Amino acid sequence: MDLKGYKAPANTYDELFTGNQRSRPGLKDIGNFLKKTSLKELNRRKYDAELAIRSMGITFTVYSDGDGGNIDRNWPFDIIPRTILKKEWQPIEKGLEQRLRALNLFITDVYNDQKIIKDKIIPREILASSKDYRTFCEGVTPVLGIWAHVCGTDLIRDGDGTIYVLEDNLRVPSGVSYMLENRNISKRILPEMFKNYNVLPMDNYPTQLLDTLSSISPRPMDFPEVVVLTPGIYNSAYFEHSFLAQRMGAELVEGSDLVVGDDNCVYMKTVAGLSRVDVIYRRIDDLYLDPEVFRADSALGVNGLMRAWKKGKVALANAPGAGVADDKVIYTYVPEMIKYYLGEDPILPNVPSFICSNKQHLQHVLANVENLVVKPANESGGYGMYIGPYESKRRTAEIKRLIKANPRNYIAQPIINLSTVPTLCDNSIEPRHVDLRPFILQGDRTYVTAGGLTRVALVKGSLIVNSSQGGGSKDTWIIEPIKRTRGT
Amino acid sequence: MLSRVAERMYWFGRYVERIENTARLINVNTNLVLDLPKVKFIWASLISITGYEDRFFSRFTILDEKNVIKFLLDGENCSIMTSVRMARENARTTREIMPNEAWEKINKLYLYLEKNLHKGIRREGRHQLLKDITESCQELTGYLSGCMSIDEAYNFMKIGSDLERADMTTRILDVGCLNLLNPEHPEIREYETMLWMNVLQSLTAYQMYRQHVDDRINGEDVADFLLRDEKFPRAVAHCLSDVNESFTWLPNHDEPLRSVTRAQRAISNSDVAELLASGDLHMFIDDIQADLAHIHNQLNSTWFDYQSD
Repeated sequence: MDLKGYKAPANTYDELFTGNQRSRPGLKDIGNFLKKTSLKELNRRKYDAELAIRSMGITFTVYSDGDGGNIDRNWPFDIIPRTILKKEWQPIEKGLEQRLRALNLFITDVYNDQKIIKDKIIPREILASSKDYRTFCEGVTPVLGIWAHVCGTDLIRDGDGTIYVLEDNLRVPSGVSYMLENRNISKRILPEMFKNYNVLPMDNYPTQLLDTLSSISPRPMDFPEVVVLTPGIYNSAYFEHSFLAQRMGAELVEGSDLVVGDDNCVYMKTVAGLSRVDVIYRRIDDLYLDPEVFRADSALGVNGLMRAWKKGKVALANAPGAGVADDKVIYTYVPEMIKYYLGEDPILPNVPSFICSNKQHLQHVLANVENLVVKPANESGGYGMYIGPYESKRRTAEIKRLIKANPRNYIAQPIINLSTVPTLCDNSIEPRHVDLRPFILQGDRTYVTAGGLTRVALVKGSLIVNSSQGGGSKDTWIIEPIKRTRGT
Repeated sequence: MLSRVAERMYWFGRYVERIENTARLINVNTNLVLDLPKVKFIWASLISITGYEDRFFSRFTILDEKNVIKFLLDGENCSIMTSVRMARENARTTREIMPNEAWEKINKLYLYLEKNLHKGIRREGRHQLLKDITESCQELTGYLSGCMSIDEAYNFMKIGSDLERADMTTRILDVGCLNLLNPEHPEIREYETMLWMNVLQSLTAYQMYRQHVDDRINGEDVADFLLRDEKFPRAVAHCLSDVNESFTWLPNHDEPLRSVTRAQRAISNSDVAELLASGDLHMFIDDIQADLAHIHNQLNSTWFDYQSD
């Protein structure tokens, strides 16, 4: 296919090609593959991928208020993989582990001694006003001192090639099943590419997850009873819940399947009667977990679950209250946390951020808002985000009003020109912006997925990669070039 | 295993069986109509088999081929499409239990029917559609019996499919008898053999009957075969033996086991020739259906509807 017209936008890093469509070092075979393969052939493979996704039933649910109810959409997938060389990936992996270790130490600290506040590293008022701080968790230290056992950290690459951490998702991060299914599909669709490269495998994730979850069981034993708690079939990530339960060989339970006994232990209702549960990988938000403690109107949770957790009779992953470190204002302090708790320099930088509750920062943000990205502190999925250059005057006035009314709830960042990857669009290959969400596990050991879920903004020029807002995905290849021995 | 999941597996088994049975039923009767163009009540009897006459007439005024087929393919209640939709929904909520291929198969069948179901309304496309459906069901059953451990999940699914089968066999037999004894159509006696053959074929029992019972087709033997044969997979006695065996693998099975052995006893003590001669077969079949309903209720109260608090 002719790629002569392929050009990344100004000041943007393309993951595969430098200017003039030259492949980056080590990635020549992929670049050549795209150049040599006809559009017809690429479209055929795209069609095969769509067919596979349909018949495998890889879907996600889009909520809608209309009469149609929720819509099950086929997972949007682009066949051209996103590539990173292994030698570049290794320090990223270290950086991600480092980050999660610090975050877990931070959470234990804020619910116990609050040393980081006493030592004036983080202002007390920021913690006090965090929406996800749970007074209920004060005084608790879960098994191994770990709160966030599963973390999805979003990475982006700026025009100069620097990789930044955009945010850490510590509540109920999702996407890992799509990461694994993407790999399955690209093995079917691009089998020949796996011959030329050593692409690091990622399919051991479910095993690692099960090991991580087993390691936090309140009853140390070989095979503790681990379950996945789902809000049910109408949740947007139900596919993933069921996928992970299946791959781990764990029961997929709903709130109504569980009861807490008088002994404060959690049991599931089985055909043989009640059966004790040790570890719950919960995919329900904190506030719906236990109507006794949080929202009384929750039909998804289990009465007494928090009691059982606090008494140490059951482990919850992630632990309730872990979301305090998910707050976007807390995020800005993660580099300080790393130095404070680990005595190390942060390996991965944060995106430079302005905290609107800081007076000087606030003035700067209000004066320059048209050139900034503004984010609410406690939203996920890209909701409520403001991207200066793309917004209307009305929306600009509105965001200024919102920031002034509640500065604590906002941070602002310079616009990062997310890197691009060649993407198969209607009859051409064009650069589209991507981010990357690796998944990090921490139990008795830490583990980082080889790569992660690459999300791609399918609309030309768009920086919004969320699947709920028209984004797609790509398989992510961490590549180790195969050394060809002489003579063969 | 979880009670909720057990219940979904049970219904999955029932719906898959129902899809296949309904497809066969339509196919065989379409063929019969070709042989007996003058006999008018064949389509009506298909609606009687489902037991949903009232639902049918709330949607259609005329009972003719087109409407009956529409009702059986895409009606609200017992139709093929409803069963596929329900089987898929049950599979989707138990995906972590069953082999991937099985889920993919039922999902594919669903997507295929969404596009092609209408082809079955006219006779030209009907045979192919129904054949595709039965084959999909067979492949699905193949995956399940070939790739799934005979564990609790499998047993619940198997129980669902056995009970559905037994139920369908009694319904088809019942309608066959009613047709033949219909005083309004004495002329039908002339086609007696053909109608009994049709009963057998509706249950894919024709060949096995010939091999194992008799070369000649007669009412007593057909009814006896379909109710009391232990070896034919669609005979009621065989289905109940299977259910009995599945029950013994499950925990707390005393009550359900009692209800199935009671039904087995009633069948093994019966004299079908006598029942047919005295005109009591219809009532006897009613009793069997009540027994099947009782077994279903026992499943519910023992394993599905678990109350702890």
